[in-house]
Amino acid sequence: MILTRRLALGGLAAAPLLAAPALRAQAPVEIVFNYPIAVGGPITRIIDGYCEDFARANPGFRVRPIYAGSYQDTLTKTLTAMRGGDAPHLACLLAVDIFTLIGEDAVVAWDGLPGAERAWLDSFYPSFLENSRTGGKTWGIPFQRSTVVMYWNKEAFREAGLNPETPPADWAQQVEFASKLTKRQGDATGQWGMQIPSSGFPYWLFQGLTTQNDARLMNAEGNRTFFNDPKVAEALQYWMDLSMKHRVHPTGIVEWGTTPRDFFERKVAMMWTTTGNLTNVRNNAPFPFGVGMLPAGRRRGSPTGGGNLYLFKSANAAQREGAVRFAKFLTTPERAAQWGIDTGYVAVTPAAFETPAMRAHVAGFPAAAVARDQLEFAVAELSTQENQRVTKALNDNLQAALTSRKQAAPAMADAQAEAERILRSYR
Amino acid sequence: MPSRTTLHAWLMLTPALVLLIGFTHYPAVATLWHSFFSTPRANRPARFIGAENYLALAEDPVFWQALWNNLIYAGATIPLSIGLSLAMAIWVNGKLSGRTALRIAYCTPTVLPMIAVANLWLFFYTPDYGLLDQITRALFGWGPTNWIGQRETALGAMIAVAVWKEAGFFMIFYLAALQAIPPNLYEAAAIEGASRARVFFRVTLPLLGPTTLFIAVNAVINGFRLVDHIIVMTRGGPDNATALLLTVIYDLGFRFWDTATAAALTVVLLVILALTAAAQFLFAAKRVHYR
Repeated sequence: MILTRRLALGGLAAAPLLAAPALRAQAPVEIVFNYPIAVGGPITRIIDGYCEDFARANPGFRVRPIYAGSYQDTLTKTLTAMRGGDAPHLACLLAVDIFTLIGEDAVVAWDGLPGAERAWLDSFYPSFLENSRTGGKTWGIPFQRSTVVMYWNKEAFREAGLNPETPPADWAQQVEFASKLTKRQGDATGQWGMQIPSSGFPYWLFQGLTTQNDARLMNAEGNRTFFNDPKVAEALQYWMDLSMKHRVHPTGIVEWGTTPRDFFERKVAMMWTTTGNLTNVRNNAPFPFGVGMLPAGRRRGSPTGGGNLYLFKSANAAQREGAVRFAKFLTTPERAAQWGIDTGYVAVTPAAFETPAMRAHVAGFPAAAVARDQLEFAVAELSTQENQRVTKALNDNLQAALTSRKQAAPAMADAQAEAERILRSYR
Repeated sequence: MPSRTTLHAWLMLTPALVLLIGFTHYPAVATLWHSFFSTPRANRPARFIGAENYLALAEDPVFWQALWNNLIYAGATIPLSIGLSLAMAIWVNGKLSGRTALRIAYCTPTVLPMIAVANLWLFFYTPDYGLLDQITRALFGWGPTNWIGQRETALGAMIAVAVWKEAGFFMIFYLAALQAIPPNLYEAAAIEGASRARVFFRVTLPLLGPTTLFIAVNAVINGFRLVDHIIVMTRGGPDNATALLLTVIYDLGFRFWDTATAAALTVVLLVILALTAAAQFLFAAKRVHYR
C-alpha cells in the first residue's frame, strides 16, 4: 500500500499536466482495456479487482476492462474495432503479435511516455523483454507471461519403479522414463508415458524441442526463419519418434485443451504444457504431481509465451498517462507476485520473487519457482512479420509430419519455402 | 414527371430496397471491387492489381484442399441430413407413445448454439475416455481412436456434428408438411391395395416436393456456411484436413489481415453458391409440384 501511494504520488509529480486542478475537477479519464478471457471465472475477478484498486488509488482515472475471448479473438476484435475507428486504449495481446501491431500502425512504444522511465522498462526478466522490444523500442509490457514446463504424476513414477522426485533430465532419459511409464494390454494403451500437445499452436511446444536441440527459428528483425536447419528437422524427428518408434506418446494430433484432463484421468504420466495450467493442475490432480523444467537436449530450453500490454495510438495524452500508471500499478513487485500466486503465470520481474508473499509461496510450493528458474534458458517465442501466416506454415507442416503424411526434413523444407515466400518482401 | 402513384410505389419500396442494397447488394459488389485491389497496409494504400488475387488463390494448395474438402463436406452433409430428417419426421409422425418427448429430443440439437455443440463433441471425440471411444470399445472392442486428430477421420467427424445439428431443424419442416398431406389420399391408396413403399414413393414423397426443395436449398447453404464447430474443434487442422472455404476466408481476413485475398475467395464462394442455387431452381421448376 505504501508503495502504491508513493508510486501514485510519483506519477502525479511527473505529470504536471494532470496535477493541474482544472483537469482534476473533470470526470475521470476513461481507459478502455481489452483483455483476453473467454469465460468468466477467477481471472476476471482478479482483473476487476485491480481496476477497482487502481481507481481508488488514482481518482483521476478509470480503467474499463472488456473481456474479449481468446488471445486470437481479442486481437481480431481489437484490430476490427480499430479499423472502425473505435480502438481500445490498452490491450493485453500476445507478445508475438508485436510485428503485426506495428505493421498495422496500431500501437505506440512505451519509451519516452511521461512516467515510463528506463529503470521500470528494464526491470523485467530479459527473456520476457526479447519479444517485447524491436528496433530499440519497448512496445509491450510483460504481464500475463508463461513458459512451457513438464508436469509428472508422482504416483505413476512410483509404480513404474522410478524416483518420484526426479523428472527426466535429458532427451534419452525422457524416452527411457516414458517407456517405463507406458502401460499396454495387447494393442490398447492404458497409460501413455508422455504427451506433447499438437493441436492449434504446435509450433510453441515444438520450439521447446528446437531450442533444446540448439536451433533458432527466426532472427530478431522477424523477417527471416530457419526452419530448414537440419537441427530443426532433428527435433521434429525426436517428437515423431516418441509415437512412431518408441510408442510412448499417442499417435496423431494431441489436443491441447484435453491434455490436462488426460493427465488427471491418469491416461498420461508426463505432460508438457503451460505454466498457466499450474493452478488448474494443483486444484484438480487427484494424485501428488511434480513440475519440472523441460528435459535438456544439447542444452535446456523453452519458449516464453503469453501476453503483453500494448498501448494504442487511439489513446490521447491523458489516457497514455493513465495507461502508464496502470501498467506500473500492475507490475509493482507485490502485485506481480500476487498475480503469479493466484494464477500460475510467471511473475514478470525478479523483484516480485523477492517479496515476502512470493518467498512464502515458493517455500510451501516449490513448483511455483520452476518457471522462473527455467527463464534463464528460455528464448523468445516464434514471432515474425505476418506472424500468423508464417506460424501457420510451420503448424501445417508439423501436423503433416505428426500425422505421417510427410517426413521430418521435407516437412521443414516446405515450411521454410512458404515462410520465405511470405517474408521476402520484408527484407 | 412521374405520376403520384409511381412516387407512392417507390416510397413504399424504399425500406425494403434500403435494407436489400445495404445488407445484400452493396456488400457483394464491394467485395467484388476490393478483390481486384491489393490489401491496404499502414504505409501502402490499396492499388489496382487486376486478377492477381485470384491467380494467387489458384496457386495456393490450401485453397484447392479447402475446395475439395468443402465439396466432400457438402456432398455428405446434404443427403445425410435430409435423409435423416425425413426418417425422423416419419417416425415421430406415427402413432406412438411419448411422441412429444421424442420430437423434443430430436429438436434439441437445433436449439443449442453451435459453439456449445462443438465443445460437447470435443469431449465425445476425446481419445480413450471420450463417449465415442467408450461406445466402440463396449460394442466392438476397438482401441482408442484419435477422431479429430488424424487426417483420415477428422473431416468425417466434422460432417457427423453438422448432420447431428441440422437434421432436427429440417425434421420440423418435414413434420409440418407430413401433417398437411390430406388423409384421403392415403385412404385411396389403401383401397387400391398399394404397398407401403409404393405409398411412400407415389404419395408422400411427391407431396413433400416443395418442402424438400426448401430444405435442400437450406442444406446447400449450410454445407458452405456451417463452420463454427470446425473453428472451435480443429481450426481447420490437422494440416488443413478440415479446412473449408469459409474457414480459409476467416483465416485470410481476420488472422492474416489479407483482406484482398479474402475478398477474392469470398467472390469464388458466392459464384459457387449462386450457380448451385440456380441449378436447383431450374431442376425444381420441372420436378416439384406446387398445389
